[in-house]
Amino acid sequence: MSEAALGRFYIDGEVVARQGEVGECLYVVQDGEVEIVREDGDAAVVLRSARRNELLGEMAIFEHRPRSATIRAKGRARVLTLDKRNFLRRINEDPSLAFRMIETMSRRVRELSDQVVELEHALAVVLREREGESAESVTSRVRG
Amino acid sequence: MGAPTVDASVDRALDDAVLDDAVLGDGSRIAVIGGGPAGSFFTYFLLEMADRIDTHLEVDIYEPRQFAQPGPTGCNMCGGIVSETLVQNLAVDGVFLASDTVQRGIDSYQLHTDVGSVRIAVPNDEMRIGAVHRGAGPRDVSEPKWISFDDRLLSNAVERGARVVHARVEEVGRTPDGRPTLTVKGGEPATYDLVVVATGVNTSILKTFEALGIGYERPKLTKTLIREYRLGQAAIDEHLGTSMHVFLLNIPKLEFAALIPKGDYVTMCMLGDDLDAALGDAFATAPEVRSVMPPDWDPDAKSCQCLPHINVHGVEKPFADRVVFIGDSGVTRLYKDGIGAAYRTAKAAARTALFEGVSEAAFRKHYLPVCRHIQSDNSIGQVAFVLTRVAQRLRLLRHVILAIARDEQEGGRRPRLSGVLWDMFSGSAPYSDIFARMVHPALVVRGVLAMPGAVLRTFRGAGGVEEVKA
Repeated sequence: MSEAALGRFYIDGEVVARQGEVGECLYVVQDGEVEIVREDGDAAVVLRSARRNELLGEMAIFEHRPRSATIRAKGRARVLTLDKRNFLRRINEDPSLAFRMIETMSRRVRELSDQVVELEHALAVVLREREGESAESVTSRVRG
Repeated sequence: MGAPTVDASVDRALDDAVLDDAVLGDGSRIAVIGGGPAGSFFTYFLLEMADRIDTHLEVDIYEPRQFAQPGPTGCNMCGGIVSETLVQNLAVDGVFLASDTVQRGIDSYQLHTDVGSVRIAVPNDEMRIGAVHRGAGPRDVSEPKWISFDDRLLSNAVERGARVVHARVEEVGRTPDGRPTLTVKGGEPATYDLVVVATGVNTSILKTFEALGIGYERPKLTKTLIREYRLGQAAIDEHLGTSMHVFLLNIPKLEFAALIPKGDYVTMCMLGDDLDAALGDAFATAPEVRSVMPPDWDPDAKSCQCLPHINVHGVEKPFADRVVFIGDSGVTRLYKDGIGAAYRTAKAAARTALFEGVSEAAFRKHYLPVCRHIQSDNSIGQVAFVLTRVAQRLRLLRHVILAIARDEQEGGRRPRLSGVLWDMFSGSAPYSDIFARMVHPALVVRGVLAMPGAVLRTFRGAGGVEEVKA
């Protein structure tokens, strides 16, 4: 990993952005890998990881809410910071800058939908094995 | 250069009915003259946007140079700075600038004057500016370690589906139905639905367009001086680090000068009136410059030198029916961030061509406002640079600048001046924004308060290096 490249170096486990902080910027991974972690008390669940050229923290652009997860380096990583205020000004001048962000968010909605379906199936299998219910009734019960 | 195949009277005779089909659709053919950043950005974004709307376009990029070739034949003659704004825009656009192309990330600026120096760093200690070579490097490079910036961007355009024609366009004309034609040496005229001129200003093809009678007049130019010095990576790390070094020196005819550290080379970049090698030597031997470079550095041992022109007043009408001028051949930012201006005009032209059409009316309505915005900002930039020139001439003002910067650092005050200096040197903000902050009452008050101390220092003499956060 080059010392001279763009962005800032983070060592393994170093926090790029912390859950609960108000997001004032978004990030693009330049090198290495980061993971997105949801913290709940002492427990931490790794939601996913992101590699080179991936855009992160984009929800901060659209919401005035605390960050929903922590971004931390997995191994050595280099990450570029993009200022929210400047970025919004640039989108105002050039709306096409939002294309990739919308694509990213669209892909994540799709991935989350797939995960919901997978979890429903997994849950249905567990409940069916325990209680002998039909798959349809379990699915119906899970969806409320 | 040959004469246009259809003269101006025929061009004017083209009526609206002929141009009703002046939109791009499946199979439309586009020629881009020049494979530098403007041409590559245009092609990349045009093809990306066309792909989003399932439209297949054919793009030919005419570029006679091989950017992978070291020396002048593969170089587009420029300081080679990718601004903070452009780095961020490209990151969002998904155009990745890898460490095989960015030779050195820049995290700070050092302003050097005869009365001291100030280091202005970005928040977060982050490398936000990229130092690159436009070609494969100076003429004494035997095996390039880094990929040429222009070559990287051109490769991106090719990966999107463009074809590169390694030939120089020698004739420009129009068919009877108003479509532009291009002819290369020994070739037949090729007809296109749109011609994009992205040549920069150091070329004679612009004269041909001027003679075409389409209302295009070449931009006003000034000269720059660019030199490359081979110091080696270790020496650059030790002496120049990851800072761009900017000099406010009272040398006659010199407006602005900077040393830009790259991988193995340092690029010396100068702006001014009647620049020549002698002025370059006067700057290179100035004590402030010698103090930044290694002690055993020889100012005469340059690897390359060029005196290219830059656009200092863009064209009034950078478009015509089925022709658009982007980057330096049209409108660019004054003195700074020329690559960023190439990006902005290229994207605006691509959006217009694909979604609004390629007629003169479409470019006037949708492309011209972007150019005018840059031009009007340049007018404010002229005033901002006058203030810089005053600082260059007045030792007292240089003391005031350093005093305020010191105060901002030690007092933990809002970095008003540091931010102004950062944006002025890096080209990261519009000149209108910089100027508004430059004359902000709070900064003016700081200036007045710093004056008595500056007067004392002017008569006593002072120096040193201070660090401030932008």
